[in-house]
Amino acid sequence: MIRLEHVTKVYKTSTRPALDNVSVEMGKGEFVFLIGPSGSGKSTFLRLLLREEVPSKGRVYVSNFDVAKMARRRVPRLRQSIGCVFQDFRLLPTKTVAENVAFALEVIGKPRHTIQKVVPEVLQLVGLDGKADRMPTELSGGEQQRVAIARAFVNRPLVLIADEPTGNLDPDTSQDIMLLLERINRTGTTVLMATHDHSIVDSMRRRVVELDHGKVIRDDARGVYGVGR
Amino acid sequence: MRASFVFSEVITGLRRNITMTIAMILTTAISLGLLGGGLLIVRMIDKMQLIYSDKVQVMVSLTDDISANDKSCSSSICANLQRELQGSSNVETVTFQNRDQSFQRFQQLFQAEPELLRLTRPESLPATLQIKLTDPSRADVLVKAFAGKPGVKTVDDQGVFLQRFFGILDSIRYAVFVVALIQAAAAVLLISNTIQVSAFTRRVEVGIMRLVGATRWYTQLPFLIEAVVAGIIGSVLGIIGLAVLKEFFLDAALSGPIASGVLPRLDLLDVVAISPILVGVSAVISAITGYVTLRLYVRL
Ligand SMILES: Nc1ncnc2c1ncn2[C@@H]1O[C@H](COP(=O)(O)OP(=O)(O)OP(=O)(O)O)[C@@H](O)[C@H]1O
Ligand SMILES: [Mg+2]
Repeated sequence: MIRLEHVTKVYKTSTRPALDNVSVEMGKGEFVFLIGPSGSGKSTFLRLLLREEVPSKGRVYVSNFDVAKMARRRVPRLRQSIGCVFQDFRLLPTKTVAENVAFALEVIGKPRHTIQKVVPEVLQLVGLDGKADRMPTELSGGEQQRVAIARAFVNRPLVLIADEPTGNLDPDTSQDIMLLLERINRTGTTVLMATHDHSIVDSMRRRVVELDHGKVIRDDARGVYGVGR
Repeated sequence: MRASFVFSEVITGLRRNITMTIAMILTTAISLGLLGGGLLIVRMIDKMQLIYSDKVQVMVSLTDDISANDKSCSSSICANLQRELQGSSNVETVTFQNRDQSFQRFQQLFQAEPELLRLTRPESLPATLQIKLTDPSRADVLVKAFAGKPGVKTVDDQGVFLQRFFGILDSIRYAVFVVALIQAAAAVLLISNTIQVSAFTRRVEVGIMRLVGATRWYTQLPFLIEAVVAGIIGSVLGIIGLAVLKEFFLDAALSGPIASGVLPRLDLLDVVAISPILVGVSAVISAITGYVTLRLYVRL
């Protein structure tokens, strides 16, 4: 589902590579944690998958997209098949909860009646029924992140990418978000999550890929956060 | 793509930088008003050519002696002249106009200027032979042939005067078009700038939309429509301005020559006739400006 082959990423403004000859593969339906200290290249890894950046060297595949090589005009297609969730939620501030979720369906041209049916279902799934008409600013952080997850999941993406989705949330709320991601994973969606959160990684016991200075230094099938330290 | 999405984005966009939007609309309005003014002058020239084309092109003024005594061109000198003119190759019709008729025509022409009328006596106007030509551009041959003949005081080629007059109108029209062009350049720059600012203020939102998989086209269409809507509003304002100017200013200023039939009257219908052109030009130019700006300057 996700494959990186000898990927190196050097940003224009820096000399040290943010990713250094990384090769990893993640299968369909896997749940993978991407961990590592600050600046180790986690966000860079995820941005390459979304084609927010292109690798300096190597190849990136998501599903059947040759991400690094594909034409720019096809990038929307790639992004439509990836759901993404961020630490800072990234909701559209001028749209209601329902509109934010509906947006992901509108961009892929889903008809209105489908949208009207699907959006409430997904909002219910993430536990936000009754808040459909609120604006993002009228929600708590945890609720905003649920909206983001609902938006990421609403068109059943093949892959869900989350960059520190619990970074701004307290432990209890984080736990709820993790339960949601697990549920989504159980529907067959590959989930790749970058995180600093020890307790989450330790309690879930899923595959752990650890980066350090842009290199993969560990890849455990059922890992914990701090092994060998 | 959902029409409601585009619509709400356009409204938000136009409202968000309202001062800029107003500037953009006003500049467009002035520019199109000027363009419309130029077009109206073109229409006026057309109408005038129509008016003057079936009027006299060469006028032979007769000597005071004939003017005073001959009421119907029955004297031998006058009759000879008339016959000779009628026999000339380039002449279509010749009509005699005696002193009283000349005075009547004069009164009609200058009815807006009573002072002039009061000062003019019939005796100061000559009887004339009014000649219509088959080919007005060859009037000079006739003028040369008849100047200085017995009974002839002067021979005037009115085409020369008209040409000079049309020349003046033409240069006014060019001047108006040049100013319209400069103003249009300002409008184009303003439209481009407004779109850039609009896109910049919405860059975070647009970035999120793109991340969710919106196409460039999808996120940029609202900006494009914004420009076109502003352009159309501007052109409509310009048209209204033109109509108001015509009704309350131009008509009053030109009431004299219009009443005497020297200048044709511009109708509101003339303004209406050019308005589709103005709206179309505005929409097309703002769409092109918008498209080019989005392609070249907006990286969203
Ligand atoms: N746009 C950029 N331009 C230049 N350098 C960048 C850019 N983004 C990231 N970097 C550099 O690349 C390296 C990896 O950054 P990245 O954001 O991938 O780290 P991270 O693992 O996500 O860190 P954190 O845990 O703090 O989010 C860092 O050294 C960072 O300074
Ligand atoms: Mg990061």
